[in-house]
Amino acid sequence: MTQFLQATVAGLSLASIYMLLALGFVVIYKSMQVLTFAHPAVMLFGAYMVSYLAIDLELGFWVALAGGMIATAVLSWIAERVAIRPMVGKPLFAIAILTLGLDIAIRTPINNLIGVNIRSVGDPWGFGTWNVGGVIIQHRAVAMIVTATIVGTLLFVFFRFTRVGLAMRATAADQEVALAQGISVGRIFSLAWIMAGAMAALAGTFASSDLSGLTQSTYLVALKALPAIVVGGLDSIGGAVVGALVIGLAEAYTATYQGQYAAFLGGNFSQVIPYVVLLVVLLIRPYGLFGTEEVERV
Amino acid sequence: MLEVANLEVVYHDVILVLRGLSFSVPDGKIVALLGANGAGKTTVLRAISGLLDVHEGDITKGEVRVDGEPIHKLRPASIVDRGVTQVMEGRRIFAQFTVDENLRVGAHTHFSDLEKNLDRVYELFPILKERRKRTAGYLSGGEQQMLAMGRGLMSNPRYLLLDEPSLGLAPLLVQQIRDLIVEINRQGTSILLVEQNATMALSIAEHGYIMETGKIVMDKPATDLMKDEDVQEFYLGLHAGGRKSFRDVKHYKRRKRWLS
Repeated sequence: MTQFLQATVAGLSLASIYMLLALGFVVIYKSMQVLTFAHPAVMLFGAYMVSYLAIDLELGFWVALAGGMIATAVLSWIAERVAIRPMVGKPLFAIAILTLGLDIAIRTPINNLIGVNIRSVGDPWGFGTWNVGGVIIQHRAVAMIVTATIVGTLLFVFFRFTRVGLAMRATAADQEVALAQGISVGRIFSLAWIMAGAMAALAGTFASSDLSGLTQSTYLVALKALPAIVVGGLDSIGGAVVGALVIGLAEAYTATYQGQYAAFLGGNFSQVIPYVVLLVVLLIRPYGLFGTEEVERV
Repeated sequence: MLEVANLEVVYHDVILVLRGLSFSVPDGKIVALLGANGAGKTTVLRAISGLLDVHEGDITKGEVRVDGEPIHKLRPASIVDRGVTQVMEGRRIFAQFTVDENLRVGAHTHFSDLEKNLDRVYELFPILKERRKRTAGYLSGGEQQMLAMGRGLMSNPRYLLLDEPSLGLAPLLVQQIRDLIVEINRQGTSILLVEQNATMALSIAEHGYIMETGKIVMDKPATDLMKDEDVQEFYLGLHAGGRKSFRDVKHYKRRKRWLS
């Protein structure tokens, strides 16, 4: 039982990282109908900025976190203005490929800056733990789960009830009609990328706050947010949350139990499980668990 | 007064669609713009509401003015802000949104007056109030058209541009939409009505313009248009005595008479 709870805590903290990333994908998809593959690079940039501000400039973690989020939001905004905006109206496939290029363009210089050593983001949680009835809970896990919950709730309220959130959804549904209602579609695009950038920085910081720190391969974490959003449905906030939970928990449980019960799959099979889940869900529900089904009168 | 002066529109840099088109919508009136398929009616509306960009179109000459001030260089959002709102052809409601959300998107530029405008729209279209929590995509065609018009009214426009509101509706519903247009106009909104259903449009319009291949070929008070022989022949489907073969109507003749 203890082992199960331990795995659950690990799964939830993984899920909160995936969730922050998945929400970024969803915000962009919801306003532009574009699936961005540049997110891993944006996340890596965010984590590096926080690390640079906190460690190299010694500004302290909280200032560094705020600075990193702002810097990443700005980078994301520039990427949108320079690379994505001129492509509006072009085939979505072309834009998706363009974001792959963006990913490489951003990640290469950041990799050089990170270098070969493990960097720290200077987070205040360190390796502190609480022992709750035999289950060891890291301080950082609590910080991550709480933050992700708050961000998810705020976004839900934003899209459901606010004027700008509604305008974002309208833009995704039909850009021309949104324009005709007086919505500045360009501003909506920028805002989406800014929000996604800030959340990616947050996720990157969390992902780098564990034992393995910030390295060039930290970006792999962001790739696993992709199965999360596809499982949940590309355009659904609730779906991103559930998708992240499914993927995070599946990964943690696999890491805990696979060695015992399915050792023949080899070590580190937990890294593969997100994609297995993705495949299974897509076979059963091609639009994801919570994706929008076509609304059509029959 | 909403004025269009010598408007020339080119699509994709080469396709000349509007060739020096002029007309005006005086305050408080209903003006009808009639014409066959491909005459450029929808392009006129796009040019007024700033949506040409989406279709790779450009205004190469001429102006669109509201009270003498040119608006054709403004972005769509500012044009809606100036009180010119287009209700697009084919309803184009947000199918996945609820009725209420559709209307609130329409209020984007006038969010401070949301409650007031919402009350007004629900009063005009009581059926929408009943359905306010429903998914808009499942409404009937007539209800969707009402929703599209209601959404347009949420920005409290001075000029409402209606593109084929009767499209695909049963005759009884066309009647209902017609009465609603009259009511909206009575409440003080000027209306530019683009229609293929000439009988409906001319029955409520003050003035009518007839477009052919990017030009206004005829412009008269609506009552005079109704009496015009050519309009009766080509748009109202009325003709004196018996069936008439279109083979007997020489195209150039009909052009010539209109231009005189």
